[in-house]
Amino acid sequence: MPVLRRWIQIVSTALSNAYWMFPHTKGIYQGTLKSICAPGLNCYSCPAATGSCPLGSLQSIIAGLRPAVKAGHYHFGAYIIGTLGLIGSLVGRMPCGWLCPFGLLQELIHKIPSPKFEIPKILTYMKYLFLILFIFILPALVIDDYSYGMTWFCKFICPAGTLEAGVPLIFLKPELKELIGVLFYFKLAILFVFIVWMILSRRPFCRVACPLGAIYSFFNKHSVFRMIHDSEKCTHCRECYNNCPMGIKFYKGPNQHDCIRCLKCLNESCRFGAISYEIAGMPVIKPVEPQKSALTPP
Amino acid sequence: MKAEYILPDSTISPKRAFPLLLIILFLVLILLGINLGEVSTVMEKAIKICLDCIGIG
Ligand code: SF4
Ligand code: SF4
Ligand code: SF4
Repeated sequence: MPVLRRWIQIVSTALSNAYWMFPHTKGIYQGTLKSICAPGLNCYSCPAATGSCPLGSLQSIIAGLRPAVKAGHYHFGAYIIGTLGLIGSLVGRMPCGWLCPFGLLQELIHKIPSPKFEIPKILTYMKYLFLILFIFILPALVIDDYSYGMTWFCKFICPAGTLEAGVPLIFLKPELKELIGVLFYFKLAILFVFIVWMILSRRPFCRVACPLGAIYSFFNKHSVFRMIHDSEKCTHCRECYNNCPMGIKFYKGPNQHDCIRCLKCLNESCRFGAISYEIAGMPVIKPVEPQKSALTPP
Repeated sequence: MKAEYILPDSTISPKRAFPLLLIILFLVLILLGINLGEVSTVMEKAIKICLDCIGIG
């Protein structure tokens, strides 16, 4: 199962970035697939990107809300919110654990040996602040003379945009180098901070800052796919917490807002059969395979 | 060892019905968005290089 998940993450990353003509065209992919929202965070200005980033698209629509309404187009993001809501209603935050390229990157970088630190739980609520403020309120309310807002999260925060679009496009289009200013270095610094933090802590961007993960997290308790915790079988051995890529204490309850349904706790951690999942209310019980370490007295 | 599947009873509890309602709601939203022409708006934004994403906007 861990191998399968890694392969699915790799294939998903490859499919999300499958346009390898960019060294010849010196531009980004412009085909029809760009009208489809990718399930994970993958910048649509990345030269290889095949789909569109749901966060970038949502901000653009909100930033252009007033001019669109003036022109008689009532675009408020129904297509994007509907897509994310549909995915969330089915599997909750599972795309974060299985499909998102930026999630995979964080897991791989965290493998670099170093002292590891836990992220204080209070910081994990900051992603909701980023979602409300940077995706909805600021793009809608701070407007220029022509009534257009800005894509605040893309412009001032998103390290995926800097890594996947900023850095490669500066090399691909040397004319862009002349436009580099303080903002570019500010975004590079944010990317650098997150990369260092990824080495030290488990998935810091997903847990602290990602508005897309924040959107999916609302569905964890109400989706068709749900995790189950059997408190009678649980021994509070904390193995689930030790192996969880999101640092979740599963024994304190299933379907917490940060659970990305990677199933590591189920398949690689719990030796007592306390973890399982259900699909549309149908429990899928994984039988406990007796393990020496579980049977041997300490 | 194979996983054991327990079949649900035939009654639909509110807990089970809620995700279904959500699915219908969001499917309707997708169709509404398509009807309003949002797909082409998403496409238009996604095929242009976004200077904000790069950090030089
Ligand atoms: S929370 Fe992490 S895995 Fe989920 S969309 Fe954001 S970056 Fe990707
Ligand atoms: S690994 Fe299983 S038994 Fe141990 S604390 Fe987690 S849920 Fe409980
Ligand atoms: S609680 Fe389990 S399924 Fe959820 S993120 Fe942690 S290891 Fe993955």
